[in-house]
Amino acid sequence: MDDEPRDEAFWTRQLVAVGARRDRAAYAQLFEFYAPRIKAFLIRTGLGPSAAEDCMQDVMVTVWRKAHIYDPTRASVTTWLFTIARNRKIDLIRRARRPEPEQLPWGPEPEPAQADVIALQEDARRLRQAVAQLPPKQRDLVERAFYGDLSHSEIALETGLPLGTIKSRIRLAIDRLRHAMQADPAEERVP
Amino acid sequence: MSVTHEIDDRLLMGYAAGLLPEAYDLLVATAVSLDDEARARLEGFEALGGALLSEQPVAPLREGSFEEVMARINGTVPEDTVHPDVRTPRTDPVLPQPLRDALGGDLEDVRWQSIGLGSRQAIVPTWAEEGASVRLMHIPAGQAMPEHGHDGAEYVLVLKGSIEDRGMTFRRGDLSHADGTVEHTPTAGPGEDCVCLALTDAPLLLKGLLPRIAQRFLDI
Repeated sequence: MDDEPRDEAFWTRQLVAVGARRDRAAYAQLFEFYAPRIKAFLIRTGLGPSAAEDCMQDVMVTVWRKAHIYDPTRASVTTWLFTIARNRKIDLIRRARRPEPEQLPWGPEPEPAQADVIALQEDARRLRQAVAQLPPKQRDLVERAFYGDLSHSEIALETGLPLGTIKSRIRLAIDRLRHAMQADPAEERVP
Repeated sequence: MSVTHEIDDRLLMGYAAGLLPEAYDLLVATAVSLDDEARARLEGFEALGGALLSEQPVAPLREGSFEEVMARINGTVPEDTVHPDVRTPRTDPVLPQPLRDALGGDLEDVRWQSIGLGSRQAIVPTWAEEGASVRLMHIPAGQAMPEHGHDGAEYVLVLKGSIEDRGMTFRRGDLSHADGTVEHTPTAGPGEDCVCLALTDAPLLLKGLLPRIAQRFLDI
């Protein structure tokens, strides 16, 4: 098992295992790899080391508790963790819950189509690779746009990263979900 | 659902990065709830955030970090009996969930203030120190929004009815944007009262004396 490549597919399997059966070994793998990166991201975006540690721990507890709502057709594991870390940090600063878009209700199928999951993982891998291969100046622009200097965001939109493909993929997943919702009478269910 | 005046990438990327003031967060979350295309663009930018996170150099953890987290996990019940669809029942056809959360209720629960000529507003509480402010507005069909000039950005997201502005028509889910250089008179379309979410990041400068007093009093 330790010979498996630590790629997008591997991390997706770990997170799905946590969501489906509270797999502690899978969770430990996720923690070992992502906790130091989440903490580094939080420090990079302005938290002190101690606050970043506390915030990271909150994020990792949330990962355990909410793993079952992770949808691998809509986001890679890294992206999902990024959104949790970002929201938690803002919540801590504001002492209030950040406004989030309305949740899309769940589709009726319990298992997402494997082809869709793999396609999204491939997009995520290409995006990560493209980020890693950006010339230093462009990489710096993108990071500044993302890590605190909003005035750079317009420039960063023009970096030629493969964001269009990933957007189209997500759009298809949302459309399928909407379609499934309309076809599924369970949507009328009340709490 | 067809949005023709969609939210721009800069706002979506700012939301994805987590850099916007709370009033903008609310505007973006509400607009995205009404526009699947915008939702896909937003999640694309979040994918970029994920890619940057995984390319991040690592930070050393506090000693015993994993054990602390496991202790917290062992002390709580997983939420896997809760599904998002039953947690947030859709009861209001006008206000998307983030706006209902911010207002603390549905459209019928909104506590309106009159701002003259049949128009009403309700200021949405947001974290005040961040500058921008956001309000829900109700404008009678065919009625102009209170005349104003302003020196900052103004966004109007239509939730019900329509708004005519600068020769364009904005309907549910459409976002109108004007910067401080534009003199314009947004008007509710005929036939149906308009409900919209308006964000300003500088105080509106109302023309005329009475509205100016109202401005101070009502915090427009």
